[in-house]
Amino acid sequence: MTTTTRPPVQAPPDRPDQPVRRKGIASRTPRGFYWMVLPAFALFFLLHTVPVLQGVFFSFTDSPGYGPWKFVGLSNYAALFTDSRVLHSYLFTFQFALVSTVLVNIIALAVAVALNARIRFKSTLRGVYFIPYVLSILVVGYVFQYLFTFSIPAIAQAVGNAKFSTSILSDEGLAWIAIVVLAVWQAAAFNIVLYLAGLQTVPAELYEAASLDGATAWKKFSHITFPMIWGFFVINMVLSLKGFLQVFDHVVAMTGGGPGTATESVGLVIYKGGFQGGEFGYQLANAVVFMIVIIVFALVQFRVLQREDVNA
Amino acid sequence: MSAPSIAAPVADRSEQAFGAGEPDAPAPRRRRMRTPDPEDTGHHNWWLTGLMIFLSLSILVPMYLVVVTALKTPDQLTGAGFSLPSPARWQNFADAWTLTSFPRSALNSALITVGAVTLTLLTNSMVAYAIARNMHKKLFKGLFFYFIAALFVPFPILMLTVAKLTAQLHLDNQLGLILLYVVFGLSFNIFVFVAYIRSIPRELEEAAIIDGANTWTVFWKVIFPLLRPMNATVGIITCVWAWNDFMLPLVILSDPGDATLPLQQYIFQSTFNTNYTLAFASYLLAMIPLLVVYVVAQRWVISGVTRGAIK
Repeated sequence: MTTTTRPPVQAPPDRPDQPVRRKGIASRTPRGFYWMVLPAFALFFLLHTVPVLQGVFFSFTDSPGYGPWKFVGLSNYAALFTDSRVLHSYLFTFQFALVSTVLVNIIALAVAVALNARIRFKSTLRGVYFIPYVLSILVVGYVFQYLFTFSIPAIAQAVGNAKFSTSILSDEGLAWIAIVVLAVWQAAAFNIVLYLAGLQTVPAELYEAASLDGATAWKKFSHITFPMIWGFFVINMVLSLKGFLQVFDHVVAMTGGGPGTATESVGLVIYKGGFQGGEFGYQLANAVVFMIVIIVFALVQFRVLQREDVNA
Repeated sequence: MSAPSIAAPVADRSEQAFGAGEPDAPAPRRRRMRTPDPEDTGHHNWWLTGLMIFLSLSILVPMYLVVVTALKTPDQLTGAGFSLPSPARWQNFADAWTLTSFPRSALNSALITVGAVTLTLLTNSMVAYAIARNMHKKLFKGLFFYFIAALFVPFPILMLTVAKLTAQLHLDNQLGLILLYVVFGLSFNIFVFVAYIRSIPRELEEAAIIDGANTWTVFWKVIFPLLRPMNATVGIITCVWAWNDFMLPLVILSDPGDATLPLQQYIFQSTFNTNYTLAFASYLLAMIPLLVVYVVAQRWVISGVTRGAIK
């Protein structure tokens, strides 16, 4: 009986543009919402998902990037594990990314704590430390390349230091350190701001209480500050590592992968082999492995760091 | 001082972002209620101040090197290169201006950056609104995680194929780059926008709906204006990304005339790699636009990025 008196609910609208919202917004999704997400979804699918799927697909082929191709099963993947250039690029990338991640986070956290302390010229100093964020890595890389090629050897010669009187960029064993310096210099800026944001969330009362108890600065940091910003630390570690594993611009600017292939990162090998070396299918297999590695790294990091959190 | 200017945007909704932290976001202002803190009134740590000024040289010295090298003649390039140029050769800038076709590449970069920022703000916030208000529905929730998951897909896996795709679609130009920045930015932007929109009370929208506004009107008239702080954050991050990015222009653009500033630097470097004074003049030219923007809007830039970090 009673239901017949409420026609608007059951009758679908004849005209789609006419919004039916008698029963409040929770009852059905206004059509507008679908139109808001549809173009974005379509474009994202076309420009992101399709290329990823294509990449996975062609990783099982011998395609050079043009012309005919055929399926080769897993042989691209098998070949990767015996390709010394690829294996070395992974070693370099891991070494670079791990060292850079640790250094960036230590330095950025230390600078952020100092910038958050009672110092003079606070906003000016913050402004200065944040400058690298707005600079192009490639352009800064060229500047650092000059620094490492000419300035540092010149200084080393002047003070009579033999070790650094030649450019470390031309030393197979040391060139990676220069790239770490550039990466840390550039990335610290952003991480400093993230840590500053974290430090703002620590209540001042805790420090006051600690001061009354006579805690030292280090005690305050290790017992109050660090545990309180643990969440920021986890996020920064994960994002830094993920970013550094994909290192590309730094290497292009500083060494181009040299000397020889000593500083080729995975991204650079994929780029060089895929675009210039006719290894489209093969480097796509490399890229698929690389994607898995990055995801595994992120998951492991979250796991480990979150477990630490429980213990702390 | 600058502390409150950063603390204020941070304090309002930091609690949703990091479940790992303490549940209650502290209000930094609470301190004001107490008797004036003796340490707030001018007891500065001068030792630490000196140290921080000294350490800031690590940022300033390379910048100084760029400026002095850009003003030298090649035969003044001796030793470590930190000496002042005498006399300064301003002609370097004029030469770099023409040799690296600075006006054209700067225009390309500006076009791409403005296009990417504008479209990103207009579209990504809208997508986030639709998702944020329908999170209880499987479809929208799925879409949310679909976009977010892409954060962990490294670019190299689509580098080769997206370059082929854009070439086939005739998008190997500035328009294609704009589109890619807007689309690839979705993952991160949706993340921050959704968190922000969910903190906006629905009552405002319901009032507008009762007045007969449809979803679109509600978004543009009610929600979009409220998103201003988050738009600033996303705008800054997108601007810095699109302006400085090297990898996407490198793999997407096919016509050298479309080159952006970083790509132009790369091309220049591989052709004139020994002409350092000229190269440094061109580096400085390439750095100046964003540096100027940064110096003028420093406060907003830092607090904007901070807001993004808190999300």
